[in-house]
Amino acid sequence: MPALAEALVHSATAGPLVHQSLIDFNLAGLGRNFWGLTIEGLTYGAIYALVAVGYTLVYGVLRLINFAHSEVFMLGMFGQYATLLLLGFYPSGNAYDKGILLTVLYLGIAMLGGMIVAGGTAVGLERVAYRPLRKRGAPSLVFLITAIGMSFVLQEFVHFVLPKLTGGTLGGVNAQQPIRLVQPEVQFTIGGAPVTNVTLVIILSALVLALATDLFINRTKFGRGIRAVAQDPVTATLMGVSRERVIMLTFLIGGILAGAAALLYTLRVPNGIIYSGGFILGIKAFSAAVLGGIGNLRGALLGGLLLGVMENYGQVVFGTEWRDVVAFVLLIVVLMFRPTGILGESLGRARA
Amino acid sequence: MSTSTPAPQPSSSGAPTSMPPAGRVATKDRPHGGVGDRLRLWWDALPRPTQWLVGVPFVLFMALVPILNIPVLTTVGTNFGGVMAQFGMIALIAIGLNVVVGQAGLLDLGYVGFYAIGAYTVAILTSPDSPWNQAGEGHWLGREWAWLAALPVAIAITSLSGLILGSPTLRLRGDYLAIVTLGFGEIVRLLADNLDELTGGGQGLRGVAYPRLGVTEDLPNGVFSAGNAAGTLNSGVWWYWLSLVFIVISLLFVGNLERSRVGRAWVAIREDEDAAEIMGVPTFRFKLWAFVIGASIGGVAGALYAGQVQFVIPTNFNVINSVLFLCAVVLGGQGNKLGVILGAFIIVYVPNFFLGRTELFGIPINGNEIASYRYLFFGLALVVLMIFRPQGLIPVRQKLLTYGRELYVAARRSAHVVAPRGGSDGGARPGTPAVATASGGAGGAAPVAGGPTADGPGTARSTTNEEETR
Repeated sequence: MPALAEALVHSATAGPLVHQSLIDFNLAGLGRNFWGLTIEGLTYGAIYALVAVGYTLVYGVLRLINFAHSEVFMLGMFGQYATLLLLGFYPSGNAYDKGILLTVLYLGIAMLGGMIVAGGTAVGLERVAYRPLRKRGAPSLVFLITAIGMSFVLQEFVHFVLPKLTGGTLGGVNAQQPIRLVQPEVQFTIGGAPVTNVTLVIILSALVLALATDLFINRTKFGRGIRAVAQDPVTATLMGVSRERVIMLTFLIGGILAGAAALLYTLRVPNGIIYSGGFILGIKAFSAAVLGGIGNLRGALLGGLLLGVMENYGQVVFGTEWRDVVAFVLLIVVLMFRPTGILGESLGRARA
Repeated sequence: MSTSTPAPQPSSSGAPTSMPPAGRVATKDRPHGGVGDRLRLWWDALPRPTQWLVGVPFVLFMALVPILNIPVLTTVGTNFGGVMAQFGMIALIAIGLNVVVGQAGLLDLGYVGFYAIGAYTVAILTSPDSPWNQAGEGHWLGREWAWLAALPVAIAITSLSGLILGSPTLRLRGDYLAIVTLGFGEIVRLLADNLDELTGGGQGLRGVAYPRLGVTEDLPNGVFSAGNAAGTLNSGVWWYWLSLVFIVISLLFVGNLERSRVGRAWVAIREDEDAAEIMGVPTFRFKLWAFVIGASIGGVAGALYAGQVQFVIPTNFNVINSVLFLCAVVLGGQGNKLGVILGAFIIVYVPNFFLGRTELFGIPINGNEIASYRYLFFGLALVVLMIFRPQGLIPVRQKLLTYGRELYVAARRSAHVVAPRGGSDGGARPGTPAVATASGGAGGAAPVAGGPTADGPGTARSTTNEEETR
């Protein structure tokens, strides 16, 4: 993820020091930039968290690692990009200046476009790939391999087929030229750390979405259905919950949140819209879901934020190139001590 | 005995209980009555020397494939020897991964890590770029390490890494193990990328040693060198032959393990870990064994790779490779050694098949374009295969692991005798009825279908059957 690392170099001033030794333990840098790093980490963490919800809900209901969810996220990025193109925006070096209200409106529409594409992809994925397997009662490894296969298919679709369908406008080997609606500007500072408008938008929207999802899962009839199926599919069916509908709903929610995360991610990393752009982020988000306790909604949110913040600290202490290592080591260490994640496994019992 | 219950089992999906008849293709209502099963029964009943008599010529034929220049089979765009060399390596990996995933049922998504460790061990020991290799002549970290001398070190270090990764993580189950191993694979790659002083970082390590054999005037570096690129007997073919040797060795090793107590423990763990534990199988120890053995085979493949390419670089050890390896195993039929080799062949061969091809059986095609779409087709093929044949191309069958051959011989005899007469034939073969009963559950044609699985009590029962047969 070179774009991501590049973007971080600007924010973390203590980042790429000349490393004389293999690993430099730059604890002083961590102390100096603590707030800045925390805010930056929360920004990424919020995006991880939204994607992680998709993994965790599907896992809770189906006991399936939906490997193709990273591609749902990737298609969400293309969805919001295409929406912006349809709205008449063109990629250019400068950011558009439409005023706050119109910008928010356009971003909202783009997010909606991303959500529709990602949600549609997720539901289509479930229909085409997973439902036939469920009907045959396939073992879980078969589901995993199918997910991997669909991940290949979706990536290569954007890689080769999409440019042919759109006359080269979308997809292909290279990343899309960025369309910038928002120019990062410092709004205020916390403890000496600058907070940009992009950061604010990302964290606030992620919070709103997370809260809405939590309410939906824990307070509504549909959410009760999802929790019931996660807890005990057979009994839930006997109680009149349609398992198939719940599964479709679960994929839809996961896809919608991935689409929203896609827009937020492209605000932060405008150059990241590429066919292979979802893979690493997907792995991170899945790690986040496992970290918090897979199958557990609040666990996914907590895990995402924690992973984002911790890897941001880690990359300052150990050096930028150790960012991903920190994330995976954190995951392994947490699982050693809490084998089902920080908050435990059950979606069914994830109440306040 | 009771472990072969209707619960979804990763490997026994051929059993009638776990798979509704509608989901099966081409085998009608008798799940075990196909040509493949008759072949299997015939093979299992052959005496050991006869199996060798069939097997050795087959391996020899496989060895000759790259130099026979068979018309459609030989690749056009790339060197066929090179393709076969790659196949040999991936086949070795598939055999190793099959021990972990297919036999012990542990989902490992970071297998590429072991492959990388094997390759890097050889590279660090022998590459002139290696920062550890700057000591002068005669020093033990000098440059005089031969490839073959580095191989045991590579095996030892990968086994050790398997032990190090396995001992904390194997307490986790299923999907947690998958994500942790995936993280491990990434960590190995990132370490290779970041530890510049040891691994050369993103620059990689060049000039890795390879066996110096067959040095002649034309080939000053021997037949294994990359310089031997032209002609039928190019370096790819030699590397293929070398990997065939390792494949045969590891097949014998793994095959014997499979039939031993260790193999029965693995099957028991795969089918139901809790039940295995209760029946007295030390599950953790055997899972660790599977991990270590799988890792060491991956290390051999890595050493082969480093020697053949003579250049290791972190980008060759991406997570996506792990996923491809797993696909080879599942595609071929996890748990079945021959199946996973077929899977490896398909993974390596099919993309190369289309490369540079302009016509196929007289139909003009644009092979390069098809080859560039390979992952698309590959993904589609995986999805379709998982829907219609989830057990893989050559699925594993549950079979008797102890006293197997004697029973198979008896079963085949009974299949010949019982079928025409419609019953047991009494006094001539006193043991036959018992065996026929044991096999009768799955429609008569399949003595292995409902048969005992390979855990403790299963073994006990096959022993009693054996005694009756005598």
